[in-house]
Amino acid sequence: MATAIEVQDVSKRFRIYREKPTSLKQRLLSGRTRAEDFWALRDISFEVPQGGSLALIGHNGSGKSTMLKVIAGILRPTKGLIRERGRIAGLLELGAGFHPELTGRENVYLNSSFLGLSRAETDGVYDDIVQFAELEDFMDTAVKFYSSGMLVRLGFACAVHVDPEIILIDEVLAVGDEAFQARCLDRVRSFQREGRSIVIVSHALDVVRQLCDHAVMLDHGRVHTSGSPDDVVREMRLTILHHDLEFAREEGSKEVEIVHVDLLQNGGALQGPVRSGESLTIQIELRAPEPIEDPVVSFALHDATNSYVFGNDTARLGLDLGTIHGGRRVGFALGPIPVTGGKYWITLGVHSRDNARVYHVQDERYSFEVQQAEGRRDQLSIPVTVRMEDL
Amino acid sequence: MSGVTERTSEPPRLRVRLRVRELYGYREILWNLVRKELKVKYTASVLGAVWSLLNPLVFLAVFTFVSKMLGGAVLDYPVFLLAGLLAWNLYSVAVSQGAQSVIANANLVKKVYFPREILPLATVGVSLVDFVLQSVVLFVYVILTYGFVLDQIWLYPFAFVALLLFTTGMTMLISAMNVRYRDVQHLIGLALLVWFWLTPIVYPAGTAYTNLLQYSHGDALWKLYLLNPLAWIVFGFQGALYHSSDAATKLAPFTTGQLAFALSIASAIALLGVYLAWRLYFSMSGDFAEEL
Repeated sequence: MATAIEVQDVSKRFRIYREKPTSLKQRLLSGRTRAEDFWALRDISFEVPQGGSLALIGHNGSGKSTMLKVIAGILRPTKGLIRERGRIAGLLELGAGFHPELTGRENVYLNSSFLGLSRAETDGVYDDIVQFAELEDFMDTAVKFYSSGMLVRLGFACAVHVDPEIILIDEVLAVGDEAFQARCLDRVRSFQREGRSIVIVSHALDVVRQLCDHAVMLDHGRVHTSGSPDDVVREMRLTILHHDLEFAREEGSKEVEIVHVDLLQNGGALQGPVRSGESLTIQIELRAPEPIEDPVVSFALHDATNSYVFGNDTARLGLDLGTIHGGRRVGFALGPIPVTGGKYWITLGVHSRDNARVYHVQDERYSFEVQQAEGRRDQLSIPVTVRMEDL
Repeated sequence: MSGVTERTSEPPRLRVRLRVRELYGYREILWNLVRKELKVKYTASVLGAVWSLLNPLVFLAVFTFVSKMLGGAVLDYPVFLLAGLLAWNLYSVAVSQGAQSVIANANLVKKVYFPREILPLATVGVSLVDFVLQSVVLFVYVILTYGFVLDQIWLYPFAFVALLLFTTGMTMLISAMNVRYRDVQHLIGLALLVWFWLTPIVYPAGTAYTNLLQYSHGDALWKLYLLNPLAWIVFGFQGALYHSSDAATKLAPFTTGQLAFALSIASAIALLGVYLAWRLYFSMSGDFAEEL
């Protein structure tokens, strides 16, 4: 099948100016300005076949929105080539073409023209747009009096009534109430049935899995994983173990399930905070209804600012779990806790050795506090011995 | 299946015919932006578009008064003044608004793709609408003054084409430059002030000519004066519209034939200017989304 979009080795560099010289004098006086290069995209290649749906996922700052802007023609690539067949409409921001002083009706025409509709075409879909947005009574009101929800509905209503061959969507599926979202998704599906090509940037991983037939995960401007949405989303979720945790709190096939977790100290359940220098055991009870070969159990600690602090897993620790069938108990004994204060969140995961299958992940469900000894201001507790001798 | 678009790191090269076709495809945005600007300009004002007529009328009152005070006045001053002033307004408003056109629409430029030329073109379009409105008033006045004796009106389209081309080129140039160097918007304000007085709008060119010749290098100064393309454009509008008995001494010392020829040359140069400004604008516009 022919390709709708070909992205070949695309890189995008931004120059980050400490203070951007926008006047002639600044430019002349400062000579060479101090600019730093920031590569938002590095050697990205992928293709979208005609009628295909591709999802770009990744953490904040991974470059996915930049990629979409380059495809849309808003930004120019620093290197590489993009080839597109057919008319493109980019829904990068809902209602970007709205003007607050104009009425809803006038804005529909203005916004639609930015999406590539002629006046006559807009006439044809105007009633559908108004109905979709459920704003029949407000079309002659200036949109500066609209609530943000109304604006978003009108923006999306315009956006989904365009008629391009390629549609770029950035995060706009996550707007409105649930009923509205469901209608938006329906609309995207009908785009797919009509054979249009779609590129979606989204944080909503479940939506990505439902809608798209291909996914690309970007990480720091490079392609991290590319493949079927299921695999890429799984990879994305696995890296969540080591990254920020704004996504699903629990997930996995549960072929091996984490059924119970205890935090133990001195042979009993942990009571109150841990003192710096004391030890702690994370004890996990697993259950596998069917035999599962060679699973790996991992844990990660995040502090109150959600920064990754520490983590480890049975594979790295050299423990081979063999085949699990039925119940199994795994305990991580953490030696003297070296930090001196704060709350720590525990993320637990069970997955295959090659990370291809996630059996069960529980994000930050458990936590413990470390208490500082009174009168101390240490950040870390480091074992110290002292000695002296006569000379 | 529609055409293939390629996007590369190369600054795009302007291929006029291709680009014109693309612009034509996006013409709806141009109309809508012009409509939007006009609507926003007069929204929540009681008099609306009357304001755009009021501006030249107040100008007229002030300068009639001044020229009467100073003596040596032109016979039918309103016709004389408005003929030049409306052209000047089209030019100066388009250029000074054009300086802001990309920056003021930063939100659009960063979020939506469309041919960026539309922004300065919309500015010219808004000025043009005002020009047409005000010209209706002027023409009514001209007919009331002279009746339908407009035997030099054929000069009007020559002047109009030159004006439109010159304005379009300058607006594109200024709006592109101002994205990178914000000095331009301040500079253009001052430049327009000087330029206004170097153009024979409120004072008659014929008088300026005779006065200049009394100086030692008067002839050279007059030649310098004629380097201003807007002077020729204003000569054209005045020549087309002003018919009072003192026209021979007050207007520029050229025949209508000479003016038509000069304006044709000016239009050709302005057309080249539009092309060059467009090319510059086009190659710079790829980076607008980053520069804003």
